[in-house]
Amino acid sequence: MADPATAPPAVAEATGIGKRFGATVALRDAGISVAPGESHALVGRNGAGKSTLVGILTGLQQPDTGTLRFSGEPAPSVGDTDAWRSRVACVYQRSTVIGDLSVAENLFLNRQSPGALRPIRWTALRRRASELLGEYGVDIDPAARARDLTVEQRQFVEIARALSFGARFIILDEPTARLDARGIARLFDKLRDLQRQGVAFLFISHHLQEVYDLCTTVTVYRDARHIVTAPVADLDHDALVEAMTGESAAAPAAGAAPATGRATAATGAPLLDVTGLTLRDAYADVSLEVRAGEVVGLAGATASGNVRLAETLAGLHRADTGRIAVAGREVRASGVPAALAAGVGLVPEDRHHQGLVGSRSVAENATLTVTDQLGPYGTVLPSRTREFAERMIKDLDIRTPGAGTPVSALSGGNQQKVVVARALATDPHVLVAVRPTNGVDVRSKEFLLGRIRKVADDGRAALVVSDELDDLRACDRIVAMFHGRVVAEFGRGWRDEDLVAAMEGVAARPAQERDTEQGEEQEG
Amino acid sequence: MSTTTDVTEPVPAAEAAAAGTPRRVPGGLARFRELSLVPAILVLGVIGFIVSPAFLTSDNLIGVAQQSTELSLLVLAQALILIAGRMDLSLESTIGVAPVIAVWLVLPAAGGRFTGLELLPVWTAIPVCLLVGAVIGAVNGFFILKLRLNGFIVTLGALTMLRGLQIAISEGRSIVELPASFTYLGHASWAGVPAAIWVCALLFAVGGCALAWLRHGRALYAIGGNPEAARTAGIRVDRITWVVLIVGGVLAAFAGVLYSGHYGSISADQGSGWIFQVFAATVIGGVSLNGGRGTLFGALTGVLTLQLVVNVMTLAGVPPLWNQFLNGAIIIVALIISRFASGEKQE
Repeated sequence: MADPATAPPAVAEATGIGKRFGATVALRDAGISVAPGESHALVGRNGAGKSTLVGILTGLQQPDTGTLRFSGEPAPSVGDTDAWRSRVACVYQRSTVIGDLSVAENLFLNRQSPGALRPIRWTALRRRASELLGEYGVDIDPAARARDLTVEQRQFVEIARALSFGARFIILDEPTARLDARGIARLFDKLRDLQRQGVAFLFISHHLQEVYDLCTTVTVYRDARHIVTAPVADLDHDALVEAMTGESAAAPAAGAAPATGRATAATGAPLLDVTGLTLRDAYADVSLEVRAGEVVGLAGATASGNVRLAETLAGLHRADTGRIAVAGREVRASGVPAALAAGVGLVPEDRHHQGLVGSRSVAENATLTVTDQLGPYGTVLPSRTREFAERMIKDLDIRTPGAGTPVSALSGGNQQKVVVARALATDPHVLVAVRPTNGVDVRSKEFLLGRIRKVADDGRAALVVSDELDDLRACDRIVAMFHGRVVAEFGRGWRDEDLVAAMEGVAARPAQERDTEQGEEQEG
Repeated sequence: MSTTTDVTEPVPAAEAAAAGTPRRVPGGLARFRELSLVPAILVLGVIGFIVSPAFLTSDNLIGVAQQSTELSLLVLAQALILIAGRMDLSLESTIGVAPVIAVWLVLPAAGGRFTGLELLPVWTAIPVCLLVGAVIGAVNGFFILKLRLNGFIVTLGALTMLRGLQIAISEGRSIVELPASFTYLGHASWAGVPAAIWVCALLFAVGGCALAWLRHGRALYAIGGNPEAARTAGIRVDRITWVVLIVGGVLAAFAGVLYSGHYGSISADQGSGWIFQVFAATVIGGVSLNGGRGTLFGALTGVLTLQLVVNVMTLAGVPPLWNQFLNGAIIIVALIISRFASGEKQE
């Protein structure tokens, strides 16, 4: 690429990388270069080639063309796991902690003892583990079972493990996807600490704001190609989105705009009416009203109970006291069928876990809630299923080769669209969407939020349950929860710091790092 | 800045952390789970004592132990395989077919009631038998891991096929003329206790230690708990799973050696229907069917519980016609006990 021999060599440098899987080109003449101690962001839409690049950088996949160098030396041979690990560490999107094993054992998995036939000394192992955790300032009992840790703690365990191999370059693949705002803040603090110790990061995220918060350099990939690498400060929000999508982002900047046009509308009949709802250990005495034509945000951090409340509305939990009325009629029976019949559609929190049957087709997944409408006498007619699915695919702009394609073959954003399609298939009075844009790229995010808005425009109601400011910006009104109680309500024009403060349970608070939507005041 | 050098071993902070949790052992809560059947065994002991004075005699208890040996070896094999997240149904056929093939290869071609091939010297009977077990495990592993076939169905097919092979070779009859070397372990006594019990205890001890203190043993838990995570940690998932399947086959073949020696013959339906008992004993002993959880000690208590129940019932004069009913009932009861003693759901 550019002139060598001036600066210290990059901790990782890939040039001219090409990789194809069968007919699809995953990477085409792509490259990246990460300097020591740098925090480098890699962004791109789903399918841009980020995961393949991670696979190549970590030695799990071999590039067809191109070269890879670590600190100026050529990459180790494939299969030499130890050599790869001492150069590059990776914290994967999916947790790679094994729940039934202790923290100490997870940290030293497959190297608990110096040799394969040497017995493991458990006390020594736990001591080494607590030293390692202490070194990175992580306060976790090494004897605890990994299953009992919080998501955040598990992530720290993974980071500590990754660094314990001696690597000074670490890849974080969407580390914030499973964390709440507070957890993200703590994670970032820790990462900045590590950066001061000279660790370089390659940070992959769909949240552009996080890129501005944490990183100094950003590389954009699109359609298997390297598009641009630039200091974060030189690339404002719109330019970044443009680089990612290849289209001008002037009109609908992510999440900011889609709601602006509609000023009134919140005058329809109440479609969802919740009074004094209580579920022990989750939330207490919550009252809430959502009117036709309205999108209401239910904001709250992980432990706030907002997700549990949403799941209660959809019939997944039974509230201890209180009543729920949908479209003026009280929902007495609990259970998902009752909630569906009453007219509640749910987009669940975790699409892999609760949302999709990965091996089944798009059509089947999208029509899972409406199998009773697809044929007479309990039959499900394939022709009608397909027809229904085609309609949903068109309606939600799902990019799939066909209605019969298994859902697991789609990208994250399109999978999420299938989940939304399923929720909308029953034509519900109230759409309850939990973190509807979790882990999807910018364009899909806009689309999904726009589609939720359309539900309201069609005279229905939507409840968006999230701690994601971009999601909440698309709402007409926001109810904030903290520790199971409603603590604040905001109309339009709220300020980020007020909402974040409410979600964090602090009345007032100095301006947060997460700034406003324009993305102009990045500090760098 | 709390970086510590290797020389100053006892770091105060680390020591405090270690001292704060002295009773924790690898596996944490899993420890309770593996002990959850011990009270049940004690209760059975008390019941047995009340029911019959013959129960608490060394003859009776050794008899129970001896009868447990063959089943417990299958349980040992199945526990290892289940911990690694797989299943092997064909073990119950291996226990019969491996001895038959070994004996078939070594017995004289003429003279006896059963005509062998006389291809190999007689002393090779046991090694050949174990080798057959290993081959069965390896072939199952090939189908499951290389061709990526469904393990449950592959081993179900192997179960039927191997049973059929045994019947075909033995012409459906029991083989009674066994080489002396082959029957020795099954009926010899060392220090007043049947050799089979010693060997079994030794194998369980070796297996238990390997699972607790060896990297490759711990790897089974990692593979069963989350194979992807194990792979990213550098564990050779397929290779280790394959080895476990082979070890399972060898253990089942060895159980066949003990069983044949114990009864002095290889019956045509040796091991038939055992797989249900094997699964029951393993699961009530706390090994998870989903992999990644359980211990060999727990599995052993599972076998002992089942065998003690049968023994106590026999001593109590329960009509044998009720045995099957009670056997099934006790499995469910034991499952409930271990569910609540460990406090964990069993999915």
